[in-house]
Amino acid sequence: METTTSNYVAIKNQKTLTLSTIPVLAYGKFYGEVVELMKQPHVHCVNYYAYWNGEILKFICCLADDLAKDIKVLSHEMPKKEKMQLTSITREIYAFHIFEREIAENFGIEFIYSPWSKPVRYAFNRADQKKVINSYPFYKIQSDELHEVGVGPIHAGVIEPGHFRFLCNGETVLHLEIQLGWQHRGIEDLFLKKSNLLQRTILSESIAGDTAIGHSTAFVSLMEAMGKIVVNKRLEIERTIALELERIAMHVGDLGNMNIGLAYQLASSVFGTLRTPVINYTQTWCGNRFGKGINRVGGSHYPFTAELSEKLIKLLDKFEESFKPMSDRFFSLSSALMRIENIGKVTNTQMKLIGAVGMAARMAGIPRDIRISHPFAGYKNYSINNDTLENGDVWARAYIRKLEIENSIAFIRNLISELKKLNEPSAKPLPVSELRLAPDSFGISLVEGWRGEICHCAITNSIGEVVHYKVKDPSVHNWMALALSLRDLEISDFPINNKSYNLSYCGHDL
Amino acid sequence: MLIDELQILNRLGKQFIPDVTRPQVPGPFKGRPEISLEKINEDALASLCPTMAIGKAPVSIDMGKCVMCGECAFAFPTKIKFTTDYKISTNVRERLIIKEGDNNPILIDESKIREEIRSLFGRSLKLRQISAAGSNADEAELNACGNPNFDMGRFGIEFLASPRHCDGIVITGPISQNMAEAVQVCYDAVPDPKILILAGTDAISGGIFTGSGALNRTFLDKYPVDLFVPGNPPHPLTFINGVLELIRARKK
Repeated sequence: METTTSNYVAIKNQKTLTLSTIPVLAYGKFYGEVVELMKQPHVHCVNYYAYWNGEILKFICCLADDLAKDIKVLSHEMPKKEKMQLTSITREIYAFHIFEREIAENFGIEFIYSPWSKPVRYAFNRADQKKVINSYPFYKIQSDELHEVGVGPIHAGVIEPGHFRFLCNGETVLHLEIQLGWQHRGIEDLFLKKSNLLQRTILSESIAGDTAIGHSTAFVSLMEAMGKIVVNKRLEIERTIALELERIAMHVGDLGNMNIGLAYQLASSVFGTLRTPVINYTQTWCGNRFGKGINRVGGSHYPFTAELSEKLIKLLDKFEESFKPMSDRFFSLSSALMRIENIGKVTNTQMKLIGAVGMAARMAGIPRDIRISHPFAGYKNYSINNDTLENGDVWARAYIRKLEIENSIAFIRNLISELKKLNEPSAKPLPVSELRLAPDSFGISLVEGWRGEICHCAITNSIGEVVHYKVKDPSVHNWMALALSLRDLEISDFPINNKSYNLSYCGHDL
Repeated sequence: MLIDELQILNRLGKQFIPDVTRPQVPGPFKGRPEISLEKINEDALASLCPTMAIGKAPVSIDMGKCVMCGECAFAFPTKIKFTTDYKISTNVRERLIIKEGDNNPILIDESKIREEIRSLFGRSLKLRQISAAGSNADEAELNACGNPNFDMGRFGIEFLASPRHCDGIVITGPISQNMAEAVQVCYDAVPDPKILILAGTDAISGGIFTGSGALNRTFLDKYPVDLFVPGNPPHPLTFINGVLELIRARKK
């Protein structure tokens, strides 16, 4: 499983390795290797973070290779000292900005030559407590002709808080800066404070409530990998069905929300209404409309019974009956199309530069999808169809959702028929006190949630206790895409663009 | 073509729930728990709970802390049973604590409702929602309250953008340090008299985030709470029925 070269160690998704096998490079060598690897179009950074290992700050970098279908892990270290500096990788690999900014904020590292050294979320345990959320250094242009528009943290609708600062020339947006952090709950720290497995599982369901299934799949898979627990094929399929249901529900709900932005009442009602039976189905399955409770380490309290599978087949048939004519109508209605075509366009190059993931990458010509490149759960044995669009505009972000809904429905139907062939019983969850994690290990779990790639990493000490837990939501990469979409756009196009990405605030803020 | 749109509408059919005070929710939904008087190992039971919502002697479950994972009911199925009763909102914090043997519905304490609430807000209640580190599940459910299924607007209850136009605020989330000031500013901007609603377990007690250094819940020490709406997230029917019972009396 593990192939070692001098500069990195490669592992498959949802596997672990002994911490000491991760090469520790001198920073110069680390820098060179990362830049070299990142030059390849099929490699992107899924995580780069730091943690205190005694008096040593240890940096771990995980680069996903879509061709080799593995993850290359490398590291460097730095002893605690008065002035901690590193040369910024961001000036060469722009996608590193968010990782370096986080490390700078949390540990007080100065990244020399960093082009965008801005705070990320004002974490409660940040290095400089004098910096507070109301003192964010916004980008400014001195001009009598320009004006600024500030929105948030509290928005007009019932949504999460974030601050948007527009620099405008008349109605045209020159620059949008998005300031986040308002939602910070100290999630990563709580993963260590709350040592009980059930507490941690609930916590994973609460990282982003709209991605409860995605994040909890990442968590339980990671714990199973580190605890050497093998789950059966049936459970893998059940989890995959839950994950695809979450995708369908969120995508169709987003199509509804986008139509609220367009003031196309019929489509907003129909798409919005179509979300309800899907999440009500999830409630019929596990008692919660967001799928909280489905994923537990080793098994589930809620087996996917024959009755549930019958119900799901009927539900999907009924869903399609209304979804197809409504989406046909919406995507051929010229008055709707003129509000979404060529609006908020980002280029393929821009999205590659910022390291976009998930549907936001796939709508701009980047075929990035963990379900295919680093398959997990049911995707290991059954393949899902995925589509890529080139346009990069609001239309593409709407149309990719329609395509993904259709792909998910076809895939779930296939999984249900495969499930019938299996002669395995449903697995019960592992009693919470029985999980024993491998000592001195590093584990990584990638899951393609509905927004994109979710990454959880854990590190254990010599007695198998988790000493560091790292969460990365796909929105961490994709918020920059929204900012780029707004350039040279009328400010009135912001709502439809914002809805077209529907990024997570709490997933970013943690 | 208009005819296409009419066909789409026709196919979708009527979506609204005619009487939101009566529908049955499907599946293993977890509403008000019932705790039997059976003798069990109370320490073992209490230690299961991820949010320390289970009390001992007598055994109780605090719905303001419960994250509805159901672990207690799986381990002690004859002791604890979650019913599908979603009417679990109340205006008195202690009423959220369900004791063993007490299988009565959770009610609003009529004597504790401020006089102006029913006279002023009984037919029209406009609310400003503040997500203070809410996970977006709570927010999604509050949005669902106004959708074509639940249609809370028919009772004159709506979420509005400006706090100046509102009669109260609804907080979701455990209230992060980073949102603490914004919560205060927004509350101050709502004209008197105003009501305060906490929606979701995270808002009521901090939920699974209890003990985090990133929270600042001091706002809640300053003002009386008019309605607690438990849930992880709160079900739209829990929210709508709770608010209706606060501003009007429960229908017999």
